[in-house]
Amino acid sequence: MKFADFVCFKAIIPELKAKYRDSVIKELVSALNEAGRLGKGRCEEITKVLIERENEASTGMGKGVAVPHVKHPAVKDVVAAVGRSSAGIDFSSLDKQPVYSVILLISPANDPDKHLQAMENIFRHLQKEKFRKFLRQSQTAEQIEDLLREADENPSL
Amino acid sequence: MQAGENTLETVICEREVEIKNEDGLHMRPAMRFVDVANRFECDITVSNRENTVDGKSIMQMSMLAATVGTKLIIKAEGTDAQQAVDALRELVEEKHFDEPTPEKA
Repeated sequence: MKFADFVCFKAIIPELKAKYRDSVIKELVSALNEAGRLGKGRCEEITKVLIERENEASTGMGKGVAVPHVKHPAVKDVVAAVGRSSAGIDFSSLDKQPVYSVILLISPANDPDKHLQAMENIFRHLQKEKFRKFLRQSQTAEQIEDLLREADENPSL
Repeated sequence: MQAGENTLETVICEREVEIKNEDGLHMRPAMRFVDVANRFECDITVSNRENTVDGKSIMQMSMLAATVGTKLIIKAEGTDAQQAVDALRELVEEKHFDEPTPEKA
């Protein structure tokens, strides 16, 4: 699976307004909602389950990235929003360091394999220092979209 | 850990395991795997034949995208390699990460 298959490019936030974990999640879910990718009236509910999931175990995997995710019947396909924070957000990450890049993923309830494929793609790229650096340094939604599309085309990036 | 001349011979242990839980190796099971792996001194790699990753790294383990039924090869190298492989096999195949397995038809 490629980024272009599941990232909603209308839900890229190059500078998150929110400063805290829960409000960052809310901001990204709202972006997906405004892009018409969530079922009607599901925004609050999805935000709530994402935060609950995050409370169980942080998806802040270290190295400045976090991947909050949940399976939810409101979506038929895997969909993701991307946010960047220059100030950094406390995500209770494994390495206790702030998070600068957030990829928020919502997967359908009944397709665990698709969810795994999207996660595979995300982590294949996120574990590369160069990719993390470019993502963190992107200033605009266009730059982030270009980076993701380039990563799709060029596996060595 | 540097293997000096006086240390015990390095043990290499390898074993194939099958993912049994329905949702596969998503983040929560991957974290449990990494937690168990990190209790051991030995180096641990996990392979799905396409990729070989560090069994102690959550990011790398998440890259395996191992769905239910996927067979993975766990390889451990170090003095406690056998114990590590046994513990990880138990987690994957016996406990299936304490997650549901597919209903038998």
